[in-house]
Amino acid sequence: MIFEGVLPVLSVLAALFLAGVALMFFGVSPLAAYRAMFRGALGSWYGFSEVLVKTIPLVISGVAVGFAFRMKIWNIGAEGQIYMGALATAAAVRFLQSSSQFSMLLAMAVAAVIAGGFWGCIAGVLKARWNVNEVITTLMLNYVAIHLAEYFIYGPWRDPSSLGFPMTPPFPPSARLPQFLDTRVHLGIVAAIVLVLIFRLVIRWTRWGFEIRAVGENPKAAEYAGIRYGRNVVMVMFVSGAIAGLAGMTEIAGLQGRLQPGMSPGYGYTAIIIAWLARLNPWGIIIVSFFMGVLLVGGETIQVIMRLPLASVQVIQGCILFSVLAFEFFRNYRVLLVRKERN
Amino acid sequence: MDFFVPILAAAVRSGTPILYASLGEILTERSGVQNLGLEGLMLMGAFSGFTVTYSTGNPWFGVVTAFIVGIAISLVHAFLSVSVGANQIVSGLAVTMFGTGASSLLGRKMIGLTIPGFSKVPIPFLSRIPVFGPVFFEHDPLVYISYGLVFFLVWFIFYTRPGLNLRAVGESPVVVDAMGLSAVKLRYFYTMIGGGLASVGGAYMSLAYTKMWGEGMTAGRGWIAIAIVIFAVWHPARAVLGAYLFGGVGAMQLRIQAAGTSFPAPVLMMMPYIFTILVLLVISIKKGRGILIDSPGSLGIPYSREERG
Repeated sequence: MIFEGVLPVLSVLAALFLAGVALMFFGVSPLAAYRAMFRGALGSWYGFSEVLVKTIPLVISGVAVGFAFRMKIWNIGAEGQIYMGALATAAAVRFLQSSSQFSMLLAMAVAAVIAGGFWGCIAGVLKARWNVNEVITTLMLNYVAIHLAEYFIYGPWRDPSSLGFPMTPPFPPSARLPQFLDTRVHLGIVAAIVLVLIFRLVIRWTRWGFEIRAVGENPKAAEYAGIRYGRNVVMVMFVSGAIAGLAGMTEIAGLQGRLQPGMSPGYGYTAIIIAWLARLNPWGIIIVSFFMGVLLVGGETIQVIMRLPLASVQVIQGCILFSVLAFEFFRNYRVLLVRKERN
Repeated sequence: MDFFVPILAAAVRSGTPILYASLGEILTERSGVQNLGLEGLMLMGAFSGFTVTYSTGNPWFGVVTAFIVGIAISLVHAFLSVSVGANQIVSGLAVTMFGTGASSLLGRKMIGLTIPGFSKVPIPFLSRIPVFGPVFFEHDPLVYISYGLVFFLVWFIFYTRPGLNLRAVGESPVVVDAMGLSAVKLRYFYTMIGGGLASVGGAYMSLAYTKMWGEGMTAGRGWIAIAIVIFAVWHPARAVLGAYLFGGVGAMQLRIQAAGTSFPAPVLMMMPYIFTILVLLVISIKKGRGILIDSPGSLGIPYSREERG
C-alpha cells in the first residue's frame, strides 16, 4: 500500500513542523535553525562526510537494537554495550602490542564483540531465567558500563602525558581503522553496510531468523511450535550486545583513536529511535540513520553558529517520536470522508 | 553517630527528588500506564521552577509552575498511550528527549544564576529528638510535604473508594468500564498527576538542593525513580525506603571522597544501579515462585473499548 510508505515521510514532515513551532516558542527562529543545520550537514563535502561519520555508529547500533526488537525484546542498553565494546577495544590495544594491523584490529573487534555480547547477555539471562524486565536491566547496565569505563579512564589507564585530561594514551597506527580520502570516514562504514546485509539475510532466510520472527509475532504460538523462548532471548541479546559493542570499537578505532569519557553521545539511545522509525526494515535503518546523522551534524552547526545547546537536537528527536506515535492512529484507523446525502 | 547523622540527613535530602518522582510514577503505573519520561519531566520541572522562582522571588510559585508544566507534558504522553494506544516505552523516551532538549534550550540563559530558594525550617520539639530530629526534621518544607504525601497516598490508594478505582483500572480497565466509570478518564487523570509530581521532584533539585539550574542536572534520577517503583512493588511507603537508600549511597559517596580515601568514585557511583538490578531479580524470582506480588495487571497494555471481548 502506498499509504504505508508515505506515512513515515509524512510523520517526519509533521515532526519538523512541530519542532519548528516548539523552537519558535523557545525564542529560536526555526527557519534560520533548519537552514543552518541543512547547510552545515549537506551544504559541503566536508559536512556530508561528517554526516557519514555519524551515520556509521548509528547504523551499527540501529541494527543491534533492531535485532532484539524483531523478537519484541527491548534493548535499551545499546549505549552501555557500546561503552563495553570500546572498553574492551582499549584493553586489547593496551595488552596486545602487535605490529600487524590485521591481527591487531581482529583482536580488538573480537574483544569488543565479546564484551558487548556479555553485557547484553546479562539482561538476556535474567529475562530468560527469571523473567526480569529487560527495559530496566539494560537501562541500569548503561550507567554501570559508563562508570566502569570512567573508572579505567580516570584511573589505571589514564595517559600520564595528557596533562591531567582523562583519556587513555592514543592508539598506535596499527590499531587504527583506515580512513578514506582525507575525510574522517573510516572502514567502519563497510562494517555497517555488511552488518545490515547480514541482518537482512539472517532474519529473512535462516531458520534462526524465522524463530526470532515467530517469537516476536506471537510468543505463545512459537512456544507451541517448539521454539524455545529462553534460549532465543539469551542468544538474541548476546548478538544484539555484540553488534553494539562493535559500534564502540569502530567508533574509537576509526575516529577517536583513544578511549575518553563521553565517547558515545547517546548513539545507543538514538539507535532505539532508528530501529523504531525504520519499522525494523534493514534499508530503513540506513536511511533513518543518515537522517539522524544530518540532525546531529546540523545540531553541532547551530551550536557553533547560533550558540544553542547541543541538546536542542533532542527537541527535534522527541517531536519526531511524538508525531510518529500520533500517526500510529492512522495505521489503526482509516479516515473516511463521508459526504452528506442529498435527499 | 556523629559520622552517620549527617549522612542520614543528606540521604533524606538527596532522596527527596527521587521520592516525589517515584510517588508520581506509582500513581501513573497503578492506573496501568507506564511513563518512562520521568527524567525529561524532572528536568522541565527543575528548569521551569527555577525560572519562575528567579523572576518572582517566591519558590512556592516555582513549585506550582513545575507541577502545572509536568501535568501539561504528561498530557501528551496520556494522549499517545491512552487515546492513540501507542507504544508507551517509545512515548516515554520521547518525553525524556523532548524534556531534556527543551529544558537545556530554554534554560541556556539561566545558567550561572542562583536563587535563595527554600531554606531549612527545623520543626520545633521534633528536631530536638536525638538522631531522629536532625535526620528527619531539620529540612526544607518540600521534604515535610513529601512525608505528608506518602501518608496521604497510602491512605488514598488502599483505604478509599477512588483509590480502589485507581487500582482497579490498573488491574482490569474492562471491569472499571463495566462499573460505569471511564477507564480512559482515570488513566488520563493519574498520568497527569503522576507527571506533575515527577516535575515537582525536579523542581526540588533546583529550588532546594542546588539552588541553581544546570543542563541535565537531574543526572539520571528519573530513571532511578522508575526502578524504585518496581523496588517498592508499587507501594508508596516502600518507595520512601528505596529513595532514601539511593540518596544515602549518593551522600556516602561524597563523604568518602571528601574523607580522602582511595576508593574510586566511579565504582561507588555504579553501586545504586547494580543494586536496582539485584532488587529486580529478587522480586522476579519471588514472582516466579508464585509468591503474590501486588503489581498492576494491565500495566503498559493499551485499552480500547472497541476491542473488549
